[in-house]
Amino acid sequence: MRAGQLDALVEAVAADGGVEFDGLNANHRDDGYGFRTPHTERTGLSEAEFREVAESNPWFVSNWFYWTREVGLGDRETGEADSGRRDGASARRAFLRWAERADDHGVPERYEALADGVSREWGQLCVTATVADHGERRYHLRHVADADADLSSLDVYTDPLEARGIATYDERGRYRPLKTAPTLRDGWAFADLDGRALVEAVDVVYPATVPNWYREREGRLDVSHWNETAERQTGIYDVVDELDEEAVEWIAESCCVDSQCLKRRMWDADEETELDADRGDGVFPCREPCSLVVAAARKWTTLEREESRTYEFELTPSEKEQVEEIIDAVADGRTDEIREADVYEGANRYRARFLRAKRFDDEGNLSGTPTDE
Amino acid sequence: MQALVIVAHGSHLNPDSSAPTYDHADTIRDVGAFDEVKTGFWKEEPSLREVLRTVESDEVFVVPMFISEGYFTEQVIPRELRLDGWDVSEWDSDGLSASHATLTAADTNQRVHYCGPVGTHESMTDVLVRRAESVTGDPEVGAGFGLAVVGHGTERNENSAKAIEYHAERIREMDRFDEVQALYMDEEPEVDDVTEYFESDDVVVVPLFIADGFHTQEDIPEDMGLTDDYRTGYDVPAEVDGHRIWYAGAVGTESLMADVVLERAAEAGADVGDAVETVRERTRGSPAAGD
Ligand code: SF4
Repeated sequence: MRAGQLDALVEAVAADGGVEFDGLNANHRDDGYGFRTPHTERTGLSEAEFREVAESNPWFVSNWFYWTREVGLGDRETGEADSGRRDGASARRAFLRWAERADDHGVPERYEALADGVSREWGQLCVTATVADHGERRYHLRHVADADADLSSLDVYTDPLEARGIATYDERGRYRPLKTAPTLRDGWAFADLDGRALVEAVDVVYPATVPNWYREREGRLDVSHWNETAERQTGIYDVVDELDEEAVEWIAESCCVDSQCLKRRMWDADEETELDADRGDGVFPCREPCSLVVAAARKWTTLEREESRTYEFELTPSEKEQVEEIIDAVADGRTDEIREADVYEGANRYRARFLRAKRFDDEGNLSGTPTDE
Repeated sequence: MQALVIVAHGSHLNPDSSAPTYDHADTIRDVGAFDEVKTGFWKEEPSLREVLRTVESDEVFVVPMFISEGYFTEQVIPRELRLDGWDVSEWDSDGLSASHATLTAADTNQRVHYCGPVGTHESMTDVLVRRAESVTGDPEVGAGFGLAVVGHGTERNENSAKAIEYHAERIREMDRFDEVQALYMDEEPEVDDVTEYFESDDVVVVPLFIADGFHTQEDIPEDMGLTDDYRTGYDVPAEVDGHRIWYAGAVGTESLMADVVLERAAEAGADVGDAVETVRERTRGSPAAGD
């Protein structure tokens, strides 16, 4: 605790008649000052006595100072509460309190935990809150896979915007079109950020997840369901509202499960019609079908216009199973994991090449059966 | 508090589409004219639907990184940003003159000053010229040189050709280059025949596109005969039919673009102090973004 923090507390008590925050109750009544925490209760104090008691409970004072004066919203707090919608700064504050589990633990426990660092997972991000001198919080950010890694083994960054480079490519250097895909690469860390910089870095890696998570906590996440979103589309995306509910179910199942996207899907077909597909367990919600899903849906809309036909193929039972295994391997992105010589895997490249050599004709038709017959 | 939000198309397939937007946002952030500078995309995140939620300020200046007025600036962006009561007539534009309109975002209650696209702003002309300077490495480039401004063409967007014509005419009026010509990919006069439209030995070709992509990196260089296969690259300048073609790539990657964004916001009422001059100063001589 710094002297300035105590002065600020005395000033706040004088100005507002009392301060109540995270277990600290400081007030000024006719009989003098009062200072109460879960472990201390003193009333009828002179200002000098009040200061003395506060000084022997420095954590409560510096905690109050950090949350109300440093992270605090100043005049914005009431403005935001009034508007009920514009809540960028409140969301930031709520996220920082979440990071140190402020709702679950009192100040002394929290300070003890923060001395070692309190870590939480946000998608594939590991956010660690620590307490520096005078109750100032400092934050670290890294990949969950590096939670226990030595800092010297990681690339260390300080500017939150540098997270852009990390979030753009996966570990094989491929572009990541969906920021919340579980393909964030590891090997880096942001050390020693202040609260604002932490939230900025998180926003670069997982854009808009903090405000949406905050709205959900406040019970006012606005969800745009599939039908509504599809109807809103214009131009080349105008067609996506043609998809029937079953196809929408397949979309959610293909795109929105945890193996593909870490957002927790909150949208359904419409408000009344829930989709069966797994929503995912992500900490942050998905409030409407994203642009990637809408763009894919456009392709599926045109594909779904086709009627099924009956084809005749010659395959051995093992070949049929092999086709199924290939589809599975591609759909799950496992083709790279199948070892070159592992011919027991149906999706092994040599197995696939053998099948093609045997069953495709010169035009690439399976079993020599033309597509448009 | 005032925020700048640059909105752009973005891509699901490659990061080049959004790269210039990030670069210009960084330049503006560095001069400190706004409390916050954010970016939002049609095809990337944060989406246009959610970008305003990432902004803490009450006063937001939204500048579209698009070349022309049309479908995106008139329908998609205002709809996705949930600009209450938007009507394109608020811009009262002839297709080139959209400046700004002030609306409330239904989602966040912020006051949004929705600006016209960067591509139609008059200072875009300076960026085209600066692009010619950076590609030739000559700050005085002009005498003995022809300049071609290349656009997509009318088939896609009626206003896109207007922007090309507008800037070509303004450069012509500067009397700096020996010849100035507007060329198109999809209509006459075509960029394929670039050498037929110029007498000058040296011709700078600047596509009026926001980002480098398929058209500026593959189509146009091949169409002009700079290379048979874009993958093998091409020289700058490259010799074509006895002319030296200085192909500049998309104008949107030129770092001076940050200035156009700032000017749009300033005209909509943003207090940017001397940021415009600072950006002009700082982007001079600095390598073009993406180079
Ligand atoms: S719609 Fe939502 S949950 Fe589904 S992939 Fe897109 S962001 Fe993820």
